Amino acid sequence: MTSLAAPALHAAPLDTAAIRADFPILSRTVRDGRPLVYLDSGATSQRPRQVLDAERAFLEQHNAAVHRGAHQLAEEATDAYESARARIAAFVGADPNEVVFTKNATEGINLVAYAFGNASVGKVTEAERRFAVAPGDEIVVTELEHHANLVPWQELCRRTGAVLRWYGVTPDGRLDLDSVELSERTKVVAFAHQSNVLGTVLPVVELVARARAVGALTVLDACQSVPHQPVNLTALGVDFAAFSGHKMLGPSGVGVLWGRGELLAAMPPFLTGGSMIELVRMEGSTYAPPPQRFEAGVPMTSQAVGLGAAVDYLSGLGMEAVFAHELALTGAALDGLAEVPGVRIVGPRDLTHRGGAVSFVVDEVHAHDVGQVLDDRGVAVRVGHHCAWPLHRRFGVAATVRATFAVYNTPDEVAALVDGVRAAREFFGVSSGDGSRGTRRGG
Amino acid sequence: MYQEIILDHYRSPHRAGLREPFDAESFQINPTCGDEITLRVKLDGSTGTATVADVSYETLGCSISQASASVLTDLVVGRSVGDSLKVLAAFQEMAQGRGQVEPDEDVLGDGVAFAGVARYPARVKCALLGWMAFKDAVARGFAAGPVAGGTEGEQS
Repeated sequence: MTSLAAPALHAAPLDTAAIRADFPILSRTVRDGRPLVYLDSGATSQRPRQVLDAERAFLEQHNAAVHRGAHQLAEEATDAYESARARIAAFVGADPNEVVFTKNATEGINLVAYAFGNASVGKVTEAERRFAVAPGDEIVVTELEHHANLVPWQELCRRTGAVLRWYGVTPDGRLDLDSVELSERTKVVAFAHQSNVLGTVLPVVELVARARAVGALTVLDACQSVPHQPVNLTALGVDFAAFSGHKMLGPSGVGVLWGRGELLAAMPPFLTGGSMIELVRMEGSTYAPPPQRFEAGVPMTSQAVGLGAAVDYLSGLGMEAVFAHELALTGAALDGLAEVPGVRIVGPRDLTHRGGAVSFVVDEVHAHDVGQVLDDRGVAVRVGHHCAWPLHRRFGVAATVRATFAVYNTPDEVAALVDGVRAAREFFGVSSGDGSRGTRRGG
Repeated sequence: MYQEIILDHYRSPHRAGLREPFDAESFQINPTCGDEITLRVKLDGSTGTATVADVSYETLGCSISQASASVLTDLVVGRSVGDSLKVLAAFQEMAQGRGQVEPDEDVLGDGVAFAGVARYPARVKCALLGWMAFKDAVARGFAAGPVAGGTEGEQS
């Protein structure tokens, strides 16, 4: 197998050695002195000094509750928080008022699902009615979703009586666009930009066109795209999108929900309480305009500042260059693993419309056991269903091994992965022949 | 972690497969990785003095979970239910002991090979999956009514 059709990119290659020097954790050793080979950035990425320093500087110099108080620290903290919002917004081609800070992408998607639910029951204004979901309406997702973009919609269906439908996945890990026909009853189409398991990049423009044609709103899980490729949410045409800070070199505990301005302006809140109000009386309250309407309570602050530093860092590298770097590693991993007998890639084997998640199974060696052998060699990968259980069921496997790449990974690390997989086969006695070894069921 | 005993049980698991008769069946799943086990128990004798006549199982899981189920059958089949639950408690204590619990080979037999697993917290659930299925199946067997030897199995 060869890696075909790499997009023609003209970005200068990343200086990986210089980048690695920015990430203190990458110089530590694991499991009896072995160098750390971190190939689990799809679960959580590591953070450069610039992000750690920004958080520390904020806490040592400016910490205060934002959007409250009139003292100097409160002003400085609010400025730092809002400056981070503006830089993050620019990073994804959005207006700052369209960027809502959430705990993570999971909370962002739940925010949308619960706001739609709130627009579906009780007293609802005319403006809110466009988000209402009624019994018999349809919510459409895909079979490759992370649980975070599946379970909230299952729950919204349960609360409202709507019906969940989903696009299937083809054997080569692409979305089967013929598997669902949207209808006038379709109210929401929710899908990932890039699969966290397969690496597949979904046809966002096509899905948006189909959703718009029937008047449905679109919700994009951008967790695996925003950290790894240039993304302009406004240009993509989706209505809502969510991503997490900790997957893009930033802190945990901060994420972003983006929504088109006129939609956020009309949407009812999810969490309510302090800072999201306009006027409060005992009889009832009115709410602040977005983004404050969706940021109840004192928000995470040093984390938002850290995420601002993370997008500065990524912008400094250039997202075209980041994408090209990770695509090259993906190609090397696909090619290297193809040489190992008994390894089956779960997902596209070419590089078209694909990002840097490479999941695979090794015949006759369970993913946990492959992961354990890799871990003993210092190679950190994810094993299991990666919060995409229905997708694994679709491919008839209980668990896969997943390697994911980021700006700091190198071709040598890909080679360490491939060597480790060979070692796992040897250790479990399946290194020769076709890998058949009795009748044991294996994931 | 991968002691030769564990690999031996993994390569040639004891009492693998689902058999009849049985008194109760338990299906357990590890939600973090999706691994599964279906385990059946056949009990003989009356409730107070029942013994474990057979344990059969089918697993979809890693070497640790498969070997652990195999070792389990060696340790409990032929024992009284009371004694088998004592072995279970000792195994669980060792597995959850973060490597600080010294296992008693007289009680745990081949089970002591899993002491190393205790140092890998993410794998402890793998080692315990079959044992939790056994515990659940025994409870179901008793809940289903008086245990009598030799009758046809019935799934609770």
